[in-house]
Amino acid sequence: MTRMTLAKALNAGLRKALEGDEKVTLMGEDVGRLGGVFRVTEGLQKDFGDDRVLDSPLAESGIIGTAVGMAMRGYRPVCEIQFDGFVYPAYDQIVSQVAKLHFRTRGKVQMSMVIRIPYGGGIGAVEHHSESPEAQFAHTPGLKVVTCSNPADAYVMIQQAIASDDPVIFLEPKRQYHADKVEVDDTADLSAAQPLFTSKVARPGSDVTLLAYGPMVRTCLKAAEAAEAEGRSIEVIDLRSLSPLDLGPVEESVRRTGRVVVAHEAHLNLGMGAEIAARLAETCFYSLEAPVLRVAAFDTPYPPSRIEEDYLPDLDRILDAVDRTYGF
Amino acid sequence: MGASDPDQQFVQLLTPDGERVEHPDYRFDSGAADEAATIRGLYRDMVLTRRIDTESTALQRHGELGLWAQLLGQEAAQIGSGRALATQDFAFPTYREHGVAYCRGLDPLRVLSLYRGCDQGDWDPREHNFANYTVVIGAQALHATGYAMGVQRDGLVGTGDSERDTAVIAYFGDGATAQGDVSEAMVFAASYHAPVVFFCQNNQFAISATTDRQSRIPLYQRSRGFGFPGVRVDGNDVLAVHAVTTAALQRAREGNGPTLVEAYTYRMGAHTTTDDPTRYRMAEEVEQWRAKDPLTRVELYLSRYGLASPEWFADLAEEADELGHQLRERCKALTDPDPLGIFEQVYVEQTDELARQRDEYAAYRATFVSESAGQEVGA
Repeated sequence: MTRMTLAKALNAGLRKALEGDEKVTLMGEDVGRLGGVFRVTEGLQKDFGDDRVLDSPLAESGIIGTAVGMAMRGYRPVCEIQFDGFVYPAYDQIVSQVAKLHFRTRGKVQMSMVIRIPYGGGIGAVEHHSESPEAQFAHTPGLKVVTCSNPADAYVMIQQAIASDDPVIFLEPKRQYHADKVEVDDTADLSAAQPLFTSKVARPGSDVTLLAYGPMVRTCLKAAEAAEAEGRSIEVIDLRSLSPLDLGPVEESVRRTGRVVVAHEAHLNLGMGAEIAARLAETCFYSLEAPVLRVAAFDTPYPPSRIEEDYLPDLDRILDAVDRTYGF
Repeated sequence: MGASDPDQQFVQLLTPDGERVEHPDYRFDSGAADEAATIRGLYRDMVLTRRIDTESTALQRHGELGLWAQLLGQEAAQIGSGRALATQDFAFPTYREHGVAYCRGLDPLRVLSLYRGCDQGDWDPREHNFANYTVVIGAQALHATGYAMGVQRDGLVGTGDSERDTAVIAYFGDGATAQGDVSEAMVFAASYHAPVVFFCQNNQFAISATTDRQSRIPLYQRSRGFGFPGVRVDGNDVLAVHAVTTAALQRAREGNGPTLVEAYTYRMGAHTTTDDPTRYRMAEEVEQWRAKDPLTRVELYLSRYGLASPEWFADLAEEADELGHQLRERCKALTDPDPLGIFEQVYVEQTDELARQRDEYAAYRATFVSESAGQEVGA
């Protein structure tokens, strides 16, 4: 066991993957000599060489497009997009090529690739540095989309994503990168770990089911703590995988609680919450005591950072929604 | 012809009249093989490729194909470059590289199957070192560059072993040069010194837009800004295209980095069978280019110097007819894919959600089958 931050846990996971498979290749802007703007790849180029940890030209479509070619040659590229808001120049390559090549070739071409994207707000950044584009990728058949919420999961999930033969969009909650250090079992056997594309109960409870992923998990856990002081038991589920969704544990929870709140930093309209609400209406209709309520960012572009705390869902807005589930 | 006429600037080894001409930097090299036999072979490739193309256009007109992207007029550019590739080299095509596909040994039926709508071009790229057709303009230039970066990492560049050293070729058109992906590919290729040849068939049109809408300078001169050489070749001269591409590929294999080849040619047909080129170009222009036909000049050369007999040409015409006939029959015999197959291969590891959708749809379809079966029983 080692105490580490989420950024360090990702670094340790990437190191393990580089050690374990010589075809694993890291690419991205400033990932080599600098170690990434968030230092997630720190020290890896020094130890594995610039053939395996590539400082790329400043062109996101170029990074993903060349990674497609490297994957066709049998490599397992792990691409870093420096910030969420800069993924759009690569959107065409991701959606039209990465996502479709396996299908288009009826399985003859595999896109074993991970696209790491630091995402989410709350760091006081300028425009384009705080976005949550997960639904755009979860909406795309052929991609798998996962996000970690804590260092222990980050360490395991990044290795599992790299080992996946399908392309994985790996969303990293940048606000949590250096937030806190926790114990990470960096000797754990990966094959015994929880499978990648699954959700898990982050905190058990019995009154309300609160769904979150990535940066919102921490906020939701705090909300559950606060609610407990008021005598209300909230079960927090960390979805972890956004595509495919693993709603088994969610449905099991909803059948006990009858009340669901989904929280995410992404916009409300057509966000992950919309899909989850629709599915739960289909599968848990007779268990629901209230409609599935969503707490999300407003349907506006991300605001200037001085007022981002008004824009992002916080503990109070989440608890307000929890209260409202009792009003039906 | 004025000094600004492109004909003055490109590499040409065989004139439209069928005369061999010298060039200070390039000469046609048939290697160990007999030169006349090699040229006859290139001519045969062009004739058969043209037949595949015209047959496919006809199949589209007869409703057997949903669409066809014609290559008429670009046979020399495709055969000259395609035949310059070594077995271990790897090609990334657009959706019009039927001649390159033929050179790589891909069954033309695979391409027809795509344009018929039976599949999306699902051949295994490793089988012929020929990637799948790419419809998004210019996207494959990046794939080729990345693949070449993989070749570098495999240690297959500059070893001096001609059986192993590997080059990658990216095909695209004049329109694609305006795409960001092509520029980014050239940036990456130059930066990493990747063993890739950018082969641009300048057929003068991006659907209706002429090349001067894409570039203010001749396209081959773009490479200078990226830091590697560019060369313009008469794209209707199969000998010159072969010579120029051979040199560019060899340069890449030796570890000397990328080259941009601009094959200056003309799209004699429409962009695709849905297009009507009479709306944007003059018949006179097409006629001028018809005089530069890539097949005619080789035929003139072979005939004039007694390098191929009338019987040889007659046999070849018969072979082309037979190829067309076979292709037509095989195309008509293609079967539609299983609709339930779409749920497979979205992922390597199937998801529960997709499996559920497949099962539900299968059950839904089964209700129709059982109803009609019931009617049959009733009747």
